[in-house]
This record gives sequence, C-alpha cells and structure tokens, in this order.
Amino acid sequence: MEDIKVLVRDYVIREYLEEGEDITYDSPLISSGYVDSFSMVSLLVFLENKFKIKIPPEKATPEAFDSVNKIVNLVNQYINK
Amino acid sequence: MSDFGLYADRIRDFDWSVAEKELEYRDGNVINIGWYCSDRICLKGKADKTALIYEGFGGVKKRYTFNDIRVAGNIIGNLLRNLGIKNEDRVCLFMDRIPELYLSFLGVLKIGAIVQPLFSAFGEESLFVRLENAGTRAIITQSKHLSKVRKIRDRLPHLEFIIVVDHVSTKKLEGREIAFSLSESAPVEELEIYPTTAESPSVLHYTSGTTGQPKGVKHVHYSLISQYLTTKWVLDLQGEDIYWCTADPGWVTGTSYGIIGPWSLGITQCVLDQGFSAQAWYRFIDDYKITVWYSAPTAIRSLMRAGDDVVRQFDLASLRHLASVGEPLNAEAVLWSIKMFGKPFHDTFWQTETGCIMITNFPGMKVKPGSMGKPFPGITGAVLDPGNYEPVSEPGTIGLIAFRPGWPSMMRNYWNNEDKYREKFVNGWYLSGDRSSIDNEGYYWFVGRNDDVINTGGHLVSPFEVESALLEHPAVGESAVVSKPDEINMEVVKAFIALKPGFNPSPDLELEIMNFIRKKLSPLAMPQAVEFIDKLPKTRSGKIMRRLLHAQEWGEEIGDISTLEND
Repeated sequence: MEDIKVLVRDYVIREYLEEGEDITYDSPLISSGYVDSFSMVSLLVFLENKFKIKIPPEKATPEAFDSVNKIVNLVNQYINK
Repeated sequence: MSDFGLYADRIRDFDWSVAEKELEYRDGNVINIGWYCSDRICLKGKADKTALIYEGFGGVKKRYTFNDIRVAGNIIGNLLRNLGIKNEDRVCLFMDRIPELYLSFLGVLKIGAIVQPLFSAFGEESLFVRLENAGTRAIITQSKHLSKVRKIRDRLPHLEFIIVVDHVSTKKLEGREIAFSLSESAPVEELEIYPTTAESPSVLHYTSGTTGQPKGVKHVHYSLISQYLTTKWVLDLQGEDIYWCTADPGWVTGTSYGIIGPWSLGITQCVLDQGFSAQAWYRFIDDYKITVWYSAPTAIRSLMRAGDDVVRQFDLASLRHLASVGEPLNAEAVLWSIKMFGKPFHDTFWQTETGCIMITNFPGMKVKPGSMGKPFPGITGAVLDPGNYEPVSEPGTIGLIAFRPGWPSMMRNYWNNEDKYREKFVNGWYLSGDRSSIDNEGYYWFVGRNDDVINTGGHLVSPFEVESALLEHPAVGESAVVSKPDEINMEVVKAFIALKPGFNPSPDLELEIMNFIRKKLSPLAMPQAVEFIDKLPKTRSGKIMRRLLHAQEWGEEIGDISTLEND
C-alpha cells in the first residue's frame, strides 16, 4: 500500500508538476489543475502499466483521480482481481 | 426579454453602424480596445461596479471594480512602456487564468502593442515556434512557467524581457527576467492611451493547420465592433448579469468573449482558475449567482457524465441564458440542458480567424437540437460546392462553410504568412475549412472538418505538428497522426508509429511517447492512443496515406486505394 502511494506521488510530481511545486497524498490533482483531463489519460496508462491492471473507462473519472490517496483506492480495487 | 428580438427584424437593413453608434465610434476615430473595456466604462459611471470576480486554486478569491482594472491596465502599460515596448511590438501573455492575465491584456493594448496570448499548458516547443514566428519582444508569465521559457530563450534573440508576475525573492532571476508585482506597484491613475485606429493590430492568436507550423491570426482594434454586438445579441448580456465564460484566454473565445465582449459592455464576469470538476463548477454558479454561462460541448458532456444527482445539490436557478462553442453541440447535450436547467445550450459557430460568432442559435429563436443555427445579421454565409466553390441551392446538400469577407473582426492576415492567408479565399468567399449542410429553414448542420486538422475538446491540433515532434523521439522512425472518435472530446489524437530498428513496442514505450509529446507540445496534442505498426500505408510516391488510417478509426469506407504502395 505504502509503495503504491509513493510510486504514484513520485510519478505525478515528476511528470505533471512544474518546478518548485509539491503535493501531499491528499492534494487535489484534477480540481487544482495539476493534471488536466487530457493528461489524465497518460496517468491512467501509467497505472495500468505499472500495476498490471485494467481500469474500466467509467471508473477513470476526475473525482477518482483527484488525489494520490484516491488513486491508490482505485488501484486497490483492481490490483488483486 | 432578450436584446435580440426577432431574427427577421434584425437581419433586415442590418448595418454594423448599430454597434458603432452605441460605442460612440465614428470612422477615423481612435479606437482602442483596452480603453473601451475599462476607461470608457468608468466614464459611463460604472467605475465602482465589479468587473472581475476571480476564484483560484485553494479558494483564493479576488474582486476588481472597473476602476481597479482601469488602473491595473495603466500600471502594466506603464511598465511595458518604460521598458521601451512600442506600438505593434508583440507581448506574449503566458499565464494561467490569474487576474494578471486579464489585466495585462488591457495594459498591452492600451499602449498600442499587440497582445499574443498563449495557452499556459503549452510545452516549450509549442511556445518556441509561436514566439519565434511573432518575433515577440516581451513575455509576461508566472514563476511556475519560467522553466519552459528558460529552456528556449537562447534561441529567441528578439525576446528581450521576461516579466514574472509572482516572483519570490528567495529564487534568483536570470538574464532578461524582471520581477513584477501588481499589488505592490504604485497606482497609475492616468496613462496616455496610444491612439490606435480601426486597422491597428490588436491581438495575435495562433491556430493550427493541416500542414506547416501554427499560423498567427492577426486581428485589429476594429474587431471590437463585432465582438461587442455579438456579445450583446447572442450571449444576451445585459445590465446586472453575472457572466461566466469558461474558456481560457490562451484561445480566441477567452479573449473575444472572456474579456473584450463582456467588459466593453460593462458586465461583471467571473473566472474560475481550477481544474474541471462538476461539483466545483455547479458550486461556482450557485455561489456567484451566475446568469449567463458560455461553455464548451466537451465540458457539457463531462457534466452529463457526472450525473444528474450532482446538479440537484445546488441552486442553479440564477441561470438565464446558456451558450456553447468550440465544436458541434450534440442534440443529446441540448436536450439534457433543457431537462436539468430548464433551458437549452445555444450553439455558436465561429473560429479564431473570424474573431466573432458567425452562426448561432439566437435567444428567443427556435433551437433545433444539434443544429448550429443561422448566420449573425450582417454575415453572408453559404455552403459551397467543393467542386466549383459556388453556393449549393438544394437544402441538405453537404458542402464547405464559407462567408463573404468584410465583417469587422475578420482576421487581417496570418503573421508573416501572406500565402496561407490568400489560400483561405476563393471566388470572393472566406473558406472556413468546415463542412455542413443548410436545411429548408436556413439552419446550418455541422458535418466535420474539410481537412486533417483534429478538433479535440474544441481545440485544433495539427497532425503535422505532432508528427514532426514525434520524429524527435529516439525510437520513432515514422508516424502518422489522425483523429479518433471520443465520447467526451469528440475527437482525440491517435498516433500510428513505425519504430526504428532496435526498438520494440511495449506499453512503457507507449507511455513514454505520450508524455514526450505532452511536455513538448501540450496535453491536447498528446496521443491518447498509440498503435505500433511495421510500416505506414503509403502511396507509390512515398506519401503517407493518412486517410486510410482515419477511415479505420472512424469505421468509414476506405475509398480508392489504387495508389497504395504494395510490396
């Protein structure tokens, strides 16, 4: 669980944040504008590749992607299926 | 009651002088959009009226009166003038939707310089080609975007000033960079307004075409005439309306109808500088009692997807008029808005090049869900036969949407690209590049683009630009970029890629390529799907047959493949 959190947060910081920006596990990602709806697709691909899961399109909503903690919850629903 | 009245009455004997009279403009007078949007409104007794309500990330809230935006525009104009920025110099605005973006827009125009707004999500390469093409002298930006500017500034000898609006003293500025704080600047009560006239250039917006680099669409101060009147009659802004245009001023809707239109009418407008969420958007409407809402089909479809229950959590009774722009508004979205808000979204059709709304569903007019509506008074529109460029007469015939040139906000040129500009005119018609039909009541029905340009979420993406950028990735041998259907964005970018020897397809490589384009160009241009193929379909002369791939994505007939290269 902790590993997933760290991996996702590191990825988001590396790929989507500008220099000097930082986030916590609860920081809003979509509603804050760090990750826009187009970029969300690359985040989804990252999660599916990294954790060898398939998240249905209807579950990949801005609300479900709005923080690292929410993403981890979503990933956990599919990780052991 | 709307200002528009009956369509038949409005088109009869229409003349743009209606707007000129209301704006007290006479041919040959000085006309300066920055002045009209702030100083003039103050002179009309609305200095203390709220011009801008801003809400940013983390709930930061700010309010500005028309006098505040007048003085702020003066401060920024004064800063630029003191740096030596002159009339017709290009000043780029590269910011999120923070107040300084809107206020700088006025300041740049007030001193007669040309404002070049660019979408802040652009990557460094997208930024570079636009600044280079325009020969931009100054850029106004935020600390968070400075790293992108720093990566390209050495290749931009014309770029003399990089103005940072939120610089913090703990960070070191580098060459050409200037710290500027609007809130800490001394007020500038009076600024000498540069005496721009009708044909003086005002705004330079960049748009994408099928081939070549993005084109800088040059507008002039006289565009105000169209933007003022279309805002009044189509968006129906009146007196004490509270208006929300959800577009980013990096695109033309965000300036024509997110700055010029509402402020030239003295209307209060709201800006929400946050990422999309249905909850946040409805809450914003509820909090500020927004009456007129101008948005985009992609956003509307996203709201539909969020469900009806979330709508009911808020009081949205303040909404009086709804409009939409950027891509065709599907009938389902219109019907949904009637169900949820008790009124339809009114589709509007126009382009960066037209500068103002050209075809629309007017307030009070019968809305045919899925139709673009009818031409604005004073606009002569037609659907042309692509064979001879003559108007088609049979209702329902699909052809090219075209307009007779001559309306006030028509683009005046493509920056440094006269040839491309001339290509837009045939037989005395301006060719929009879009296709539609007209029904027997004169309503236009959108069909699609007439070229390979991809309209994703209302933004145009050039396949050429994406393909060129893809070639810079070390694994990419060749590529072809086409549109792919998408439920929310209408179209998204898809890339077919043939890898160089030594590289193998993998999910990780797919992601790497997506992110490569996202950072280099923009999130809009990022392929949302990548398909690795051994070789791309080509003609015998070696030209990539993009239309075959397009047909495959859209389930269309492949058509004539007699020129296809066979092994």
